[in-house]
Amino acid sequence: MLNVGRIEEGFVLDHIKAGKSLSIYHDLKLDKLDCTIAIIKNAKSNKMGKKDIVKVECDIDMLDFDILGFIDHNITVNVIKDGEIVAKKDLVLPKQITNVIKCKNPRCITSIEQELQHVFILTDEEKEIYRCKYCEEHYNNQ
Amino acid sequence: MRHLMSPLDMSVDELDRLMNLADNIRLNPDKYAHVCDGKILATCFYEPSTRTRLSFESAMMHLGGKTLGFASADSSSAAKGESVSDTIRMISCYADICAMRHPKEGAPMVAASKSKIPVINAGDGGHQHPTQTLTDLLTIRSLKGHLDQLTIGLCGDLKFGRTVHSLINALIRYPNINFVFISPEELRIPDYIRDDLLKQDHISFKEVIRLEEVMPELDLLYMTRVQKERFFNEEDYVRLKDFYILDKSKMELARPDMLVLHPLPRVNEISVEVDDDPRAVYFEQVQYGVYIRMALILALLEVEVE
Repeated sequence: MLNVGRIEEGFVLDHIKAGKSLSIYHDLKLDKLDCTIAIIKNAKSNKMGKKDIVKVECDIDMLDFDILGFIDHNITVNVIKDGEIVAKKDLVLPKQITNVIKCKNPRCITSIEQELQHVFILTDEEKEIYRCKYCEEHYNNQ
Repeated sequence: MRHLMSPLDMSVDELDRLMNLADNIRLNPDKYAHVCDGKILATCFYEPSTRTRLSFESAMMHLGGKTLGFASADSSSAAKGESVSDTIRMISCYADICAMRHPKEGAPMVAASKSKIPVINAGDGGHQHPTQTLTDLLTIRSLKGHLDQLTIGLCGDLKFGRTVHSLINALIRYPNINFVFISPEELRIPDYIRDDLLKQDHISFKEVIRLEEVMPELDLLYMTRVQKERFFNEEDYVRLKDFYILDKSKMELARPDMLVLHPLPRVNEISVEVDDDPRAVYFEQVQYGVYIRMALILALLEVEVE
């Protein structure tokens, strides 16, 4: 069995759906960080069968919880200090996300207006439906 | 400073006040003839729309103000690639209020976010056309006396018709509204309106294919055009098109106080023979459109008239 050592300070993203860790790595822009990062794919999980785990040795403030909550609010975020878990952060679906997904409506102003941010607003929490701020194009996060 | 992007930007109380003001303007036009002296309305129309643009210009002129603007993207700096954000910054220096029509959905909202003057959405693609909805509401309230307790037939293209969607959204805020949707299968009201809006809010509605069968129960009939290109095949279009043409014989089935509205332009979905029927109010509706735009300009410019 592969062993990855514990981290002293940082955070561990646990219970990531198997195979999703690399996209999370990119979406959270972890590639821009100059710190130790471990990506563990297909780890055994009692709850999920298989899961991915990402360990990042850096300040927790570097993490964008909105993006992570949007990607998957079932991910567990463990905050590590002195090698121990000191807190677990609950993720929620963010009310608004900016420049995470692009509006696919070709009739939307975002398709032509230069440097306009792509903003989506949560309109149905239960069904995880977001709508483009400008054209109300629907995006289902499920 | 406020803008108008969607008819739902205003609460029911605010809409009531706006319609009261429009009524007052209609009854006392002289009182309002110079209240916007020295003010300028910019009509920024990135796509042609004669009726809406002229209605805005007429509204501003009746208030004593002046207008400037452009009537198509070709005659604006958009043809040179200027962004909406830059254009509105420039317009903010020239005018006191702006009415914007744009083929791209959400463009007026982008303009509003950068503007120093109030922006009115005068239609953004297939998305919103709030002043048409305000016109419809004022017409109904003025001619029926109320906006609640109505059975409203919406006929024609209910799938793509933005005026229909906006009107439904605006009317469900009033009590005891019943909708009757009359359309071919291909052009039924979208699921998100039927399921997410009407069923969820327990709004009474029914869907039928033929106009004749529901004419006697309607307080109001809102007609829209059924476009040939919306059909999957020619055969279906030929089979169904007459169902959605309002003529004298269908009007005979209606109540004596039923009203016929249409956002215009009408092509052939209302026979010309219906025009003289006192229940056909689509040309009066155009006049109400000017009054509500006058009221809106005053409200957004925060012009108080004693």
